[in-house]
Amino acid sequence: MQTNFTSAQLADPHMAASEKILRSCVHCGFCTATCPTYLLLGDELDSPRGRIYLIKDMLEGGKPATAEVVKHIDRCLSCLSCMTTCPSGVHYMHLVDHARAHIEQTYKRDATDRLLRALLAHILPYRNRFRLALGAALFAKPFRPLLAHLPRVGKRLAAMVALAPPRSPAVTAEPAPLTRADRRRVAILEGCAQPVLQPAINAAARRLLARADIEVVRVAEEGCCGALVHHMGREAQALEFARRNIDAWITAIDQQGIEAIIITASGCGTTVKDYGFMLRDDPLYAEKARRVSALTCDITEFLDRLDLPAVSTAPKRAVAYHSACSMQHGQQIRDEPKRLLRNAGFTVRDVPEGHICCGSAGVYNILQPEIAGRLRDRKVGNIERLRPDIIATGNIGCITQIGGGTAIPVVHTVELLDWAHGGPMPPALERAPGLNSRVVQFPLA
Amino acid sequence: MSSIAFPTPDPAILARRDDIIAGLAALLPPECLVTSEDERRAFETDALTAYRRLPLAVALPRNTAEVAAVMAFCHREGVKIVPRGAGTSLAGGAIPQEDAVVIGVSKLNRILSVDYANRTARVEAGVTNLSISDAVMPDGFFYAPDPSSQLACTIAGNIGMNSGGAHCLKYGVTINNILGVKMVLIDGTVVDIGGQALDPAGLDLLGLIVGSEGQLGIVTEATVRLLRLAEGARPVLFGFDSSEAAGECVAAIIGAGIVPVAMEFMDKPAIEICEAFAKAGYPLDVEAMLIVEVEGSEEEMEAQLARICEIARRYGVKVVKESRSATETALIWKGRKSAFGATGRVADYICMDGTVPTSQLPYVLKRTGEIVASYGLRVANVFHAGDGNMHPLILYNVNDPAEQAKAEAAGNDILRLCVDAGGCLTGEHGVGIEKRDLMRHQFSEVDLTQQMRVRAVFDGRWLLNPAKVFPLDGRIAA
Repeated sequence: MQTNFTSAQLADPHMAASEKILRSCVHCGFCTATCPTYLLLGDELDSPRGRIYLIKDMLEGGKPATAEVVKHIDRCLSCLSCMTTCPSGVHYMHLVDHARAHIEQTYKRDATDRLLRALLAHILPYRNRFRLALGAALFAKPFRPLLAHLPRVGKRLAAMVALAPPRSPAVTAEPAPLTRADRRRVAILEGCAQPVLQPAINAAARRLLARADIEVVRVAEEGCCGALVHHMGREAQALEFARRNIDAWITAIDQQGIEAIIITASGCGTTVKDYGFMLRDDPLYAEKARRVSALTCDITEFLDRLDLPAVSTAPKRAVAYHSACSMQHGQQIRDEPKRLLRNAGFTVRDVPEGHICCGSAGVYNILQPEIAGRLRDRKVGNIERLRPDIIATGNIGCITQIGGGTAIPVVHTVELLDWAHGGPMPPALERAPGLNSRVVQFPLA
Repeated sequence: MSSIAFPTPDPAILARRDDIIAGLAALLPPECLVTSEDERRAFETDALTAYRRLPLAVALPRNTAEVAAVMAFCHREGVKIVPRGAGTSLAGGAIPQEDAVVIGVSKLNRILSVDYANRTARVEAGVTNLSISDAVMPDGFFYAPDPSSQLACTIAGNIGMNSGGAHCLKYGVTINNILGVKMVLIDGTVVDIGGQALDPAGLDLLGLIVGSEGQLGIVTEATVRLLRLAEGARPVLFGFDSSEAAGECVAAIIGAGIVPVAMEFMDKPAIEICEAFAKAGYPLDVEAMLIVEVEGSEEEMEAQLARICEIARRYGVKVVKESRSATETALIWKGRKSAFGATGRVADYICMDGTVPTSQLPYVLKRTGEIVASYGLRVANVFHAGDGNMHPLILYNVNDPAEQAKAEAAGNDILRLCVDAGGCLTGEHGVGIEKRDLMRHQFSEVDLTQQMRVRAVFDGRWLLNPAKVFPLDGRIAA
């Protein structure tokens, strides 16, 4: 597509990168067909091609973002379905990230929007603050109908409170692993929200790795990967998180010899794998970021490369595998999780319209509750048609989002794998009455 | 820079813009009306992006009644209308003009009913081509026309352009697969044309509507034919040492009376581009490749393939590679159908759509290469060889005005070549704005006048998609 940037504009590396992306777009329109918001709204402005055009015009003109542009960019889930579809290789993710940062710098949101976003940016990425906030949300849950009636911000506050789990999960104490010089070593991102919401996920991952004689090194200084704030256009904060994690992991790589940085939330995986790009112009961090990104992999990518022992008994559980957008589009991981589940004895069913987002998308379900709710209902409808016993997915956001719309238990893929390989039954299954009563003793071996 | 002229916008309409928008706002809710400049900008072009015009406003009605209300209003006010499906036209069929309201049918995206007993489906016109097949595939049916943009393009657009696709060699194009339409006329009158069966009573008005490029009305619903999926289907890749040999092989297969379900051509540049994207296993050591798909029972496929292979050997086929799995078949077609978009990874392009008798393919391919080379540009050929529908992609740099002028000139030369070789300007993309000024190369003034007289019956004031199809001068009114 034709572009009209001045050479002065292109001297800015961000602008040069975006210009290159825009030049590769041929405006064929294929992306519109697989965009969740276009499917729902039928307006090209709420499709990747429309957004690309809005961004192009805004950046070329060097214009501050307008309310109209912000409306349509805000509605983008960043599910990246368009990138899977695009035959021309348009890197929409980097383009929309640039646009979001531009919006954050040039557009003044209304007071309630600013407040809500600041609240999210100052709580979610911090484990302890988030734990406290979750307690407050549990307290607020009975008042949700009242919250919803607050002007302007009510629906979104109610959506936020609704996402809090019904009880605060117990924090399980993990035995400190024994260090042995000859063992393979990895790090697992603890991150921010997941260990608070579902500590069972990383515990399951650790047990699976321990059975394969792989040591999980604790990297105390790491934290939120930055994805949540990055998607809100808060670039500086996101880069700050990225640098902190990079410092922590580089130390672990150099001093403890970790061979991989394993991620159990695909939303985070997409971002950590992009650190190399995000910090490409930072002379102090560019190289380190590239190294970190290169070693980063999803837990299922890593497990798929291991020779996990065979599971001798079939669990006879039908699993609907929901591929998170950050998994299938952001990281292009499709077969590994399903292969692992099948090898562990589960019957895996593909969800119709599986390429469409469930509406979770980071904090999207809080900021855009109406669209997110419609997408959730559509997703749950597609899943329930399969009549599965269990829904498995690889991203905490999807677990919370889909779990809010169905009685079928939603678990992380590694929880099922761990269970099949001798670990405890996933907590969500224990709580599911129908399932639990039918669980005889698994694994039977 | 651009050799294609747009009519001068009507200053009286531009001056009344606020009133016109107020009138539209009384007919549509805010989420169905696009008026700000930033937002209108996204509708200024389609897939022929070298040409752009900012529309006066964009209306996105949700049902036939809203389409009719907007059209009646525009008709009353003398405002021009540019219909838009998914905006995937390669001929500029959906490019607006400054004094026109775009009416997009993208919100009309429901499949209304499926009737397997009569093998039909009733759909709103904004549904995508592929979503119809997706909906009926689990029950063993499909909708046959399959333009490469079928993932995104709408039935409305397919009807406007009488779209074809790879599998039209056997199943025919849009006109052969549409049974009836609901259409809004320029004054807002809603009419039903055709019916539920192949041969409705009365004049064949459907034949007039399909392919009329949005100049006779706006289709809001369609009844389409559904076909049973074949028992089996298998694409086979045939690699040749030269484009001419591949072209001769196509002519010989068709000449022998064999009708495979699809017969697609790719030359070396196209193979390389598509293979890099789809990793479909295309042979990279050949100058040209045919994708020939056969279908039916195992015996039928084997018998037809044996005959095709025998002919291919006569033309020195170098590589024969059959798809061995459903995954391979999907990749082979993904590569082919993504060819245009994937070309965007290499260069900007304009895509020609001339159609020639298959016997002329070797000559036209050779001349196409010579023409493009004479302008100092490159070409990639990927097209529906079985029905002689050529798609040379002229590669150039759209940011370079001189190259753009050369690309356009080369394109015009190629289209004239197609007409002179006994073919026509467009196989399936339509005339749009792209080929409008070449219409006199294909048709005499008498022909054009008769076509315009028919057009004038529906829209005597030239309000519907007026800058398209017919040369801007010499137009006749009602």
